Amino acid sequence: MPKENNLKLNPKLFEKDIEMLPIRRGFGDGLLEAGKLDENVVGLCADLSESTQMYLFKERFPERFVQVGVAEQNLASVASGMAAMGKIPFISSYAMFSPGRNWEQIRTTICYNDVPVKIAGSHAGVSVGPDGGTHQAIEDIAITRVIPNMVVISPCDAIEARKATMAAATTKEPTYIRLAREKTPIMTSEETPFKIGQAQVFFDPKDFIKDFKKVDVGVIATGALLYKALKVAKKYADEGLGSIKVLNLSTIKPLDEASIIALAREAGALVTIEEHQVYGGMGSAIAECVARFFPVPIEFIGVCDRFGQSGTPDELLEYYGMGESDIGIAIEKVRTRKNIF
Amino acid sequence: MLTDQGIILLEKTANEIRQSIISMLVTAGSGHTAGPLGMADIFTTLYFHSLRHDPKNPTWPERDRLVLSNGHICPVLYATMAHSGYFPVEELQTLRKFGSRLQGHPHRDFLPYLENSSGPLGSGLSQAVGMAIADQINTKNRTGAELRGPSGIDRFIYCLLGDGELDEGQNWEAAMLGSKERLSNLIAIVDRNNIQIDGFTEDVMPLSPLYEKWKSFGWHVQQIDGHNFQQIADAIEQAKAFFEKPSVIIAHTIPGRGVKEFERKPEWHGKPPSKAEADMALAELRTLGGKISSEHQ
Repeated sequence: MPKENNLKLNPKLFEKDIEMLPIRRGFGDGLLEAGKLDENVVGLCADLSESTQMYLFKERFPERFVQVGVAEQNLASVASGMAAMGKIPFISSYAMFSPGRNWEQIRTTICYNDVPVKIAGSHAGVSVGPDGGTHQAIEDIAITRVIPNMVVISPCDAIEARKATMAAATTKEPTYIRLAREKTPIMTSEETPFKIGQAQVFFDPKDFIKDFKKVDVGVIATGALLYKALKVAKKYADEGLGSIKVLNLSTIKPLDEASIIALAREAGALVTIEEHQVYGGMGSAIAECVARFFPVPIEFIGVCDRFGQSGTPDELLEYYGMGESDIGIAIEKVRTRKNIF
Repeated sequence: MLTDQGIILLEKTANEIRQSIISMLVTAGSGHTAGPLGMADIFTTLYFHSLRHDPKNPTWPERDRLVLSNGHICPVLYATMAHSGYFPVEELQTLRKFGSRLQGHPHRDFLPYLENSSGPLGSGLSQAVGMAIADQINTKNRTGAELRGPSGIDRFIYCLLGDGELDEGQNWEAAMLGSKERLSNLIAIVDRNNIQIDGFTEDVMPLSPLYEKWKSFGWHVQQIDGHNFQQIADAIEQAKAFFEKPSVIIAHTIPGRGVKEFERKPEWHGKPPSKAEADMALAELRTLGGKISSEHQ
């Protein structure tokens, strides 16, 4: 990092030996911390306490942990009942099953009832890998953000996931926290501020380009793919290819419209990046916002109306068009479109 | 204890509640008739005898909780709540109207005295299980056999279920968890009226043997005549006294009970009476089927 970043991002951000941790681990740590701070925090799991890292909470607070078995619909509604009695329930399973299988229970018994249940969906995205398409949730952002009262958070790394979990434990809104299985780079640090609903500039080209004049393209990313966006932006700066500003959009709902509109104004062209279907996802949320307030050309990186399959995370991200080269192509495309207008 | 005098009062109240159900449904022009009429005796017993609650202080923290799972029978819930003093009886005429607190299916954002919103079938028991677990955590008796610990709240969670909605698998997920958690503070009441929207339950999707099903899921099971106030009240007392297991009361009811024309007919599950049918039904209720002369004729 050339300059002291006011967000106090990981100083090893662009180094080869950057630390890696699974985002879900941050959830496990955050829930344990939240449990220590508030005895109303309870944990419910559908037979996946190890995979979702809820076992950390379970071991420390067995009397506040409910194992419901492989029954995600029950999981959601039992949590609703506990919340109605003053508890702050966290429910965890794979995102495919919660909020996938139990969507209506989440809509009716959690969001329509407007109770503070926190839904941790692990194993989101194609990077789940070898388990294949049945277990790769790439529709979860779309189906959660569409429900009234729901807050949707997609943390970029394990540290942010820990902070998001702890923050969610203090709010009264139903909240979905999207988690990934694989180890991914730690971009933030303990000191990086986090606030639900606040987007943050993780790469500002003026900090990296000597004779910086203007931003060419704004990139908005959510989840671990943010790291690929940062690397591409750095490469552009290092090689004099252009100036790319990158926003970390960890809260997808409520949307930080001010930050998005500001970036659209400044850059005049946007690329959105998410490990999710393009239809209905974070990019769609950006488009809904920008179309209303400051229309600019947008390119969308994500899965294009297809199901996942088995493979390594890297193979799958490349195959489905979410690799670094795809980001570069999208940047060039949107830049051309901007200049045509 | 339910006295003979008490039973007479409950009968009278249930009759008034049935009249309110008919009159609110005909005003609304849509809604369900058979289920609400069939459950009037049970709701009356709960709100006027068994439940620990205070209509003048609806958010009293120590109140019992009543979760209605089959939200479509809400006319009986609204009518019973109004008659017991939660809100004016006149407000019942706003059922299903724009801006009304009495939504077509219960929504607690609109009517805050409700414990839950419902309509989509099959998730009420899960919510009641969650409430009962929360209480067991609070009383530090979650893993123990007794609910009423020294710091315990002497409170019960009631869940009212339709029989048709037991087709939903989620009920059985909840039943397993209730049994696993030994929720002796949970009392489910199944409205066994044998009808659902497409016909008789045993034709649409057989539930029989229902008693054995609940038994095999580890619940304490009682079967009663859902129109016998003494049996209803006694079954609830027995359910309260039974430790170690959650209780279910299978209440055999007659859909449309109180109005001969509507009784036992699946076609009355999901429609309201017309004006003429409502007049006939109200006359029948006011005269107790012709046994007395009505003052309103």
